[in-house]
Amino acid sequence: MALEIVEGCVNCWACLPLCPNEAIIEATPHFLIAPELCTECVEAFATPQCAAICPVEGVILNELGEALNPPGSLTGIGASASVSVFRNEAGA
Amino acid sequence: MPTPTLGTPLSASGCSAGSCGSKSSQMDGLSADIQRKVQDHPCYSEEAHHHFARMHVAVAPACNIQCNYCNRKYDCSNESRPGVVSEVLTPSQAVKKTLAVAAAIPQMSVLGIAGPGDALANPERSFTVFRELQLRAPDIKLCLSTNGLMLPEYVEQIAAANVDHVTITINCIDPDIGAQIYPWIFWNHRRIHGREAAEILIAQQQKGLEMLVARGILVKINSVLIPGINDEHLKEVSRVVRAKGAFLHNVMPLISDPAHGTYFGLSGQRGPTPEELQNLQDACAGDMNMMRHCRQCRADAVGMLGEDRGADFTMDKIEALEIDAQFEQAAMQRRVALRTEINAELEAKRAARHTAIISLLRPAKPQGRPVHMAVASSGGGLINQHFGHAKEFLIYEASSAGVRFLGPRRAAQYCGGEADCGEAENTLARTIAVLADCEVVLCSRIGIEPWGKLEAAGIRPNGEHAMEPIEEAIGKVWQEMLAAGKLNAAPFEDQKMA
Ligand code: SF4
Ligand code: SF4
Repeated sequence: MALEIVEGCVNCWACLPLCPNEAIIEATPHFLIAPELCTECVEAFATPQCAAICPVEGVILNELGEALNPPGSLTGIGASASVSVFRNEAGA
Repeated sequence: MPTPTLGTPLSASGCSAGSCGSKSSQMDGLSADIQRKVQDHPCYSEEAHHHFARMHVAVAPACNIQCNYCNRKYDCSNESRPGVVSEVLTPSQAVKKTLAVAAAIPQMSVLGIAGPGDALANPERSFTVFRELQLRAPDIKLCLSTNGLMLPEYVEQIAAANVDHVTITINCIDPDIGAQIYPWIFWNHRRIHGREAAEILIAQQQKGLEMLVARGILVKINSVLIPGINDEHLKEVSRVVRAKGAFLHNVMPLISDPAHGTYFGLSGQRGPTPEELQNLQDACAGDMNMMRHCRQCRADAVGMLGEDRGADFTMDKIEALEIDAQFEQAAMQRRVALRTEINAELEAKRAARHTAIISLLRPAKPQGRPVHMAVASSGGGLINQHFGHAKEFLIYEASSAGVRFLGPRRAAQYCGGEADCGEAENTLARTIAVLADCEVVLCSRIGIEPWGKLEAAGIRPNGEHAMEPIEEAIGKVWQEMLAAGKLNAAPFEDQKMA
């Protein structure tokens, strides 16, 4: 039972000091969770701490590959796809 | 060992701000104790910031709230902090960098922690740096910036670390407005959304402000002006935070661009125009001292305000340095000596200005309308920069009441070398637009082409006062305009007709 940090994580450090099991690893291109250490915070907290502070949608997944913070849940911007569309327009 | 301090108190004969005749004097209404703390402060004194330097170290990466004008990935132009793409330092790297910079730039007098996240969302890292510097460079003032969420919990530690001043970003005191600015906060191990989040954040900010003031720590409030959301409301914020004892309220414009990928950038929320910003700053100035010279410096900025020397002090250059106790002592002595010298100079300038203002006011109060002027300066309080090299202009208003500083404005840099030159045309036009309300631009030198374009736009370039102190020169130019009868006409009239 473990969560996973995937591409899209911006290495912001917010999750790292909160993990009760020191399961989060500073790494590039993005931070990682050591699966053997992560308990999904069961017993320690009501909700997985890394996912409760992570500012980026869709970068912390459960074992089923589902995002704990799905698109639109944090910023109200909507799916991250629309963000990149906007960026392309701005860059054009 | 006694801790050397930055400022010497105003002498009785000096120009104490309240009596200078200038209504707009930045320090009006401050208690003597706070005036003394602020007077030679490189961040807060209009005068001192020309002479002293400050730096921020990026040791605090984590953040515990989300603001709609922020995208953690990129440099945040609104809250003086770099994004996480910038180099995050370990506490020991940060200490070493500070000592190295303070040895190389003896004007260095303030060390701040402002990000890239929130200083108090990374309490161990931030306080380690403060404790260490307190021991090894006790002459350097310490400051931190925070969103205020964790402030009440750390006020004791802030006082114990001898932190000189704290900046709290407060954008609202009404949770309904807050809900439009902050989508969520991390609180008590949970993520909290919407109005409830704003309510907690606001309560924590206000409580933290009160606790800091009670401990005698200087508190500055930063607000981001978001048109249509908190513009009117900021007047109320200004009243409340002042009543609670904040010594400065600094209103900054929202900088919003879809390319930043922020909620406001993507939702088309616009930033304020220079006029909107100035009107609000004026509306709040009646209530409170506003910091007009704020440059929204980046959190890892090194150098004098407005001049970032960060590239001279990259981590690999610093790691290579040997820093021992003797080196530290010698560097501190150089800093303290320089400060004494600069403070004496400032003191003399204040006295001279006092006399000048009195003589300006005595002969039958001169008439004439106020005039805005722009100045290109690279520091030292002098007109000493080439027009084309100016990254920003200092805007002043001259009137029969004297000369007052309105604030800096970023210029489109018009000639930074070969690469930019194709762009020159366009850049110059943008710079002229930024200076639209100014009638004169003072600089050390200026090229023929921009000279013509400025004149065509009704802005008179003036290179006659190169290397002179800014306020004196502006006073002279205004007097000349007055004597030439130009100040009875409406602004720009004489030039437009020519
Ligand atoms: S779910 Fe909890 S235990 Fe697992 S990495 Fe996140 S914070 Fe650590
Ligand atoms: S909080 Fe999210 S974005 Fe930040 S480092 Fe952790 S996983 Fe990455």
